[in-house]
Amino acid sequence: MTRALTATLAVVGLAVIIGLDAAATPPNPYKAPPLLALGSGKAPAGGFCGALPE
Amino acid sequence: MTTLTETHIAAAAPVWRRSALVLAALSAVFATALLVGGRFGLMLAIGLGFGIVLEGLRFGFAGPWRAMILRRDPSGMWAQLLSIGLVTLIALPLIAASQGDLSGAQAPVGFAMIAGAFVFGAAMQVVLGCGSGTLVNAGSGNAVSLVALPFFALGSFAGAYHLFWWTGLGALPVIRFSGWQGVAVTLLGLAAVAALLWKLATPEHRRLPRRLIVAAGLLAALALFNLIVAGQPWGVVYGLGLWVAKAASAAGADFTGSAFWQAPASVARLKQSLLTDYTSLTNIGIVFGAFLVASWRTGGLSQKLPRLPGLAWIAAIVAGFLLGYSSRLAFGCNVGAFFSGISTGSLHGWVWFASAFAGSVYGVKLRPLLKLEPKT
Repeated sequence: MTRALTATLAVVGLAVIIGLDAAATPPNPYKAPPLLALGSGKAPAGGFCGALPE
Repeated sequence: MTTLTETHIAAAAPVWRRSALVLAALSAVFATALLVGGRFGLMLAIGLGFGIVLEGLRFGFAGPWRAMILRRDPSGMWAQLLSIGLVTLIALPLIAASQGDLSGAQAPVGFAMIAGAFVFGAAMQVVLGCGSGTLVNAGSGNAVSLVALPFFALGSFAGAYHLFWWTGLGALPVIRFSGWQGVAVTLLGLAAVAALLWKLATPEHRRLPRRLIVAAGLLAALALFNLIVAGQPWGVVYGLGLWVAKAASAAGADFTGSAFWQAPASVARLKQSLLTDYTSLTNIGIVFGAFLVASWRTGGLSQKLPRLPGLAWIAAIVAGFLLGYSSRLAFGCNVGAFFSGISTGSLHGWVWFASAFAGSVYGVKLRPLLKLEPKT
């Protein structure tokens, strides 16, 4: 067995996760934020490992 | 005998494969932009860039620390410091000038944070993969990282679950260096570490290869794009924990015992698409980017998988879990705390660096004991 198998498993595994998530929580293009955070005037609201959730 | 036609077909195969890889990457970016918005498509593209640079130019974190500890070779660590310095030069003034739409990776120094960084440093040397490294290695077919990755995600979820209990053990207020004063303090600190590495290095290793200079520059540019597009610095571990939390939530798990996962912001994110989470997008991009580079290289995925004993696989699972759990306590991994923390002026980044390096010294010793050095 070569790395081709494990690398394919990694990519397919991620694709399955994305697919299952899309089925459970469908993406909504109508709630898209501005293209760039810089200059948007909105405070960043994404999850980050260095921050505690509000 | 190989005919001329067979030679043409053999030469054309990589062209088709490579064209398909580029097309797939571009399609993924455009599909994400269409499904959830342009910002998220850009974040996936940035993640792909991280993966391509890290794998393509062999820029890492755990490996260079190991090289310094074992061979007194500081070149990889100098490249890390250079990249962090380049980000600092632009990120800190940019954050200071922004109207609150950009934030740094600022977190408090505390008992659990220091212990978490120490454990992370040791665990990353056991599996020879840090936060970004485990993703890159999994994408390029490293079997140990592929086994460690799901447990890394589980650990990240569990660490976040207990995070408030750990931070309650004691922590300082957040200490940050900001603006041009912050740039000066950070660059002086980076220069001092670089000089110390020079003093400790063996003379034949006192050089920085051009490949690593290019990688440091590209990585810095991508990290700055990450900040400008997302409003927050490059991170890894939050996204991994979120994947498990979403799966557990879909299976009906009860999070009432966790102040972290029942916080309103966490509850809201559990109800949103993964494709709208910045760290998830860059993580996905890193795996796909590394896969793209490994598939692009002639023979890049033809390396045989290592023959390792059971103890080594158990060690990979335990170390994977510890990587995730400890990095939550430490407010980040080599990316969120070390790279982004220091480059956006957080004291916790420096403390993380010292503590994780001390842990790495022990991790380097543990790796052969756990039979993770493959037999040839």
